[in-house]
Amino acid sequence: MLLIRCPYCEEERPELEFRNAGEAHIARSANIAGESDDDFEKFFFIRSNPKGIIYERWRHIHGCARFFNAVRDTVTDKFVMTYKAGEPKPSKLPGAAK
Amino acid sequence: MKKYSVFAIAREAMRGHKGWEEQWSSPEPKKEYDVIIVGAGGHGLATAYYLATVHGITNVAVLEKGWLGGGNTGRNTTIIRSNYLYDESAGIYDHALKLWDGLSQELNYNVMYSARGVMMLAHNVHDIQVLKRHVHANRLNGIDNEWLSPEQAKEFCPPLNISKDARYPVVGAALQRRGGTARHDAVAWGYARGASARGVHIIQNCEVTGVKRAANGAVMGVDTTRGFIGARKVGVVAAGHSSVIMNMAGVRMPLESYPLQALVSEPIKPVVPCVVMSNTVHAYISQSDKGELVIGAGTDQYVSYSQTGGLHILQHTLDAICEMFPIFTRMKMLRSWGGIVDVTPDRSPILAKTPVPGLYVNCGWGTGGFKATPGSGHVFAHTIAKDDPHPINAPFTIERFRTGRLIDEAAAAAVAH
Repeated sequence: MLLIRCPYCEEERPELEFRNAGEAHIARSANIAGESDDDFEKFFFIRSNPKGIIYERWRHIHGCARFFNAVRDTVTDKFVMTYKAGEPKPSKLPGAAK
Repeated sequence: MKKYSVFAIAREAMRGHKGWEEQWSSPEPKKEYDVIIVGAGGHGLATAYYLATVHGITNVAVLEKGWLGGGNTGRNTTIIRSNYLYDESAGIYDHALKLWDGLSQELNYNVMYSARGVMMLAHNVHDIQVLKRHVHANRLNGIDNEWLSPEQAKEFCPPLNISKDARYPVVGAALQRRGGTARHDAVAWGYARGASARGVHIIQNCEVTGVKRAANGAVMGVDTTRGFIGARKVGVVAAGHSSVIMNMAGVRMPLESYPLQALVSEPIKPVVPCVVMSNTVHAYISQSDKGELVIGAGTDQYVSYSQTGGLHILQHTLDAICEMFPIFTRMKMLRSWGGIVDVTPDRSPILAKTPVPGLYVNCGWGTGGFKATPGSGHVFAHTIAKDDPHPINAPFTIERFRTGRLIDEAAAAAVAH
């Protein structure tokens, strides 16, 4: 079971308190009805599914109930960091610069 | 290839079993092939086998980064059934089921297909409605599926607890008698032996690291840890890693990869005569011919390539198993493992041509690909050989996620993943 740090509660809590909410930083069009089929497919179905660093959303559903973002390595399942929803995608990851 | 038979066993017994040959050869990779299959699991090897036997294409290499059948082919719970809801799914899964029947004879290799019946339990009114809908839809598609009362379910599977006081009372069941199990390793080995005997090169410990494309976009071959290997046609059959390989060719996929776990108990005398599945409480169980109870758990909730999963996922399944089969509460579990399954948004596979000329993909089988192995290989070989899908896999395109013609088995699959 993963241990996940909620950036709002500022605490590391067991995975059972959280719900994964898929890939992060996929912007929903403001004019969804006007989206072309291609763009809607990219928004709704296509996922990067990386082997390595993933940016994903989690929800602390049995805690503060808020959505936040996380950076995790999908090979080791280790979290690099978590950050609040709405904050920009981190351009530099801690420990990445070597 | 020397034929296996009772006479071969007798002959070898007489001479100390010194005459058995290797089941498949391990040649050095050539510079170029007509077709490269990426992934030597059941589906990939079946594809190579049917390319050789049905289409006469034998200049084929199957590249495998690890060992043959070492991925999900060797990690699944070996359940075979075709009781899917939609016509397209019924078509492809029953095509496979028909091939399972007689596969041991065709391959001259005992894949131990046992049509012991797959029974799906209903625990509430909603389950009854859903399963009866399946029974009727299946019958309209010529697929056997029948409705059982709790007493009939108990008769078919004696250890089942049908007490009205049970935490998850059994209020009925759907039974597909042609469903069952097979020996998963033997399926990979049998197809590998058959393909190798017809000239297919099976190259293990050869990881694909890139897909080379010509100026016009068409596939030229693949870079591997053993150098560049050329081919005008490349079929990607890489299960959980399919999107990784497709990314190398510049194609982004509607796939996410999750760990899926299974576990087996200590071996015991025969007690579970069939496969029992329950969607609502998420449990499925059968007994291998070695006597182990084979139990399948669910996927983890996050994308991962770690081939391990959370212990709480296993616990959740075992809780359900112990409620349905109180007889097993004191059994010891022997080992558990995880595989990485590639899941599509509509939970149906993709077997199709891709936007890249010469590149074909067979992926997205998610949590239930083993049952489809022969059918999948058969129609995928057709797709590659003819550069055109077989009518059975024609609906399973990548483009369906743009056009909206989904094959939405998500809610119809046997267990909720």
